[in-house]
Amino acid sequence: MKRSRIGVIFLSLLLLLILLALISAKYGAVEISNQEIWEALVRISKGQELMDLNERIFMQIRLPRVIMGIFVGAALAVGGVLMQALFRNPIVEPGLVGTSSGAAFGAALYFVLGATFQWNLGEWTLPVAACLGGICSTALVFYLSRSRNSSKSSVVSLLLTGIAINALFLSGVGFLSYIARDPQARSITFWNLGTLSGAYWQGVLFVVVVTVSCLLLSLRYAKNLNALMLGEQEAQLLGMNVNTLKMKVLLLNVIMVAVATAFVGVIGFVGLIVPHLLRMLHGSDNRYLIWSGALMGAVVLTASDLVARLLLSPAELPIGIVTSMVGVPIFIVLLRRTNYFF
Amino acid sequence: MLTLKNISYQIKDKTLVEDVSANFQEGKINLILGPNGAGKSTLIKLMSGELKPSSGQVFVEDEPLVQIPLAQQAKFRAVLSQNLELSFPLKVHEVVMMGRYPHFESKPQEVDKAICDQAMDRFDLQQMAHRNYLTLSGGEKQRVQFARVFAQIWQASALKPRLLLLDEPLTFLDIYYQYELMQQIKDFMKSNPDLTVIGVIHDLNIAAHFAEHTFLMKASQLFKQGITAKVLTEENIYEVFKVRVKDRFMMDKL
Repeated sequence: MKRSRIGVIFLSLLLLLILLALISAKYGAVEISNQEIWEALVRISKGQELMDLNERIFMQIRLPRVIMGIFVGAALAVGGVLMQALFRNPIVEPGLVGTSSGAAFGAALYFVLGATFQWNLGEWTLPVAACLGGICSTALVFYLSRSRNSSKSSVVSLLLTGIAINALFLSGVGFLSYIARDPQARSITFWNLGTLSGAYWQGVLFVVVVTVSCLLLSLRYAKNLNALMLGEQEAQLLGMNVNTLKMKVLLLNVIMVAVATAFVGVIGFVGLIVPHLLRMLHGSDNRYLIWSGALMGAVVLTASDLVARLLLSPAELPIGIVTSMVGVPIFIVLLRRTNYFF
Repeated sequence: MLTLKNISYQIKDKTLVEDVSANFQEGKINLILGPNGAGKSTLIKLMSGELKPSSGQVFVEDEPLVQIPLAQQAKFRAVLSQNLELSFPLKVHEVVMMGRYPHFESKPQEVDKAICDQAMDRFDLQQMAHRNYLTLSGGEKQRVQFARVFAQIWQASALKPRLLLLDEPLTFLDIYYQYELMQQIKDFMKSNPDLTVIGVIHDLNIAAHFAEHTFLMKASQLFKQGITAKVLTEENIYEVFKVRVKDRFMMDKL
């Protein structure tokens, strides 16, 4: 791929992201004028208190939400790039190894039983519960798929175990919603469809730090993930330790996706569709896919959040509904119109 | 250059390779022949380290293969097998560049690009450098893989003499390409005298034409090894393949 073409793609994605972020910061249930945004930023930089209601909406609700959307989108899309490369399979999503269903189960457990337990971490309780759920279920998938033939964990057994464990945890979520009282069941449903509406600054900061560090670390494995396209044997013959690579990349993916999911709920299709679109734009070299995936994931999630907020304004749609409703038709059109797969 | 000492390989109670000892000399083309299921491919995989022998050891020069880290092995040893597919679309030049992966950290250097260019020239791939690998024909794909493998061992390594292992790389190719690609290997070896080639081949004529040393396998064991003309005799071939060949299978004509 020519350098210049990659450059153009990166630059346009970046400009699009900035544009969407600005629009997204302005519009919503309350419209905020450019002047109010400017004044809020000036006041913050001078360390003054915010005066106006709109200024406070901007600083405490709108801006954290926009930033959260950007980094969650990046995390989900990069997760998709990593998983598809690792499993050598174009229909893999980050949730496939059990991460999102485990996180959903952890969240449901919190909604239904959280009040009866003594432990409480305030606003961090839900993210921690979801993150632990995601990590536990992924660890379970990995452990079960390994124990079948002692040392090597083949991709197929990992995928199949992932499907089984997903079903198990989703039925757990179903059971919890069944025994839950109405408002709890509603919280579970809402969380499973994802929303950015609860974003707060500490949470945003945490997601930003985790996403950026995982993204930078994953760049180190881009070359090895490329070699994996030839197959596990061939990658090994090119000097790579495939089992170590799998462990490291899975770990990065789990941390990134579990943390993102923990704060905003389950958002599907971003991790599946963004890598596809980009492969068509600039090919499959993972060195570029990780960066462009992060940018495009951010663009897609910011746009989806904007739609979720504006479509039924002043009410809000769960963002997971928007990403699926837009994502599915795009995916089907892509499948039918290109001979991309083979 | 490569030495096998009493190598055996078993899966459960089935023995695929039994007590094979052999010495492959530097700078020669060594081809392994034998009927299906004789253990030829298993033997190649034991030499490449993809499989670990149940007993016995593989030595590269005087060093046991298991003691050489994977990343170092890849700098002097390349392996080509049949029918490699890609899980995602890549351009031809990107596939060839994979051969240089063991030699650079994260970004290809100038020398890597130059070598890829020369490898693509050698296998006549320049005009399809920007085509999608998945859309190529079987023969074209295999030429790309040859270029990739040659790019990997294009330059002499400071670690060890170079080694090229071939696991039935000519299957599904027509007779023109079979000879053409073997000829490329032979030509390359003329200017790169440290390169040793060890390969599994099905075609007796190819072996007779190109191999300096031939190894005949039969029922998981090494039946005969040595100078090709002395190994590929009518009796030996009958003993291994149960087929009578005349004229020492055209060997004299070629």
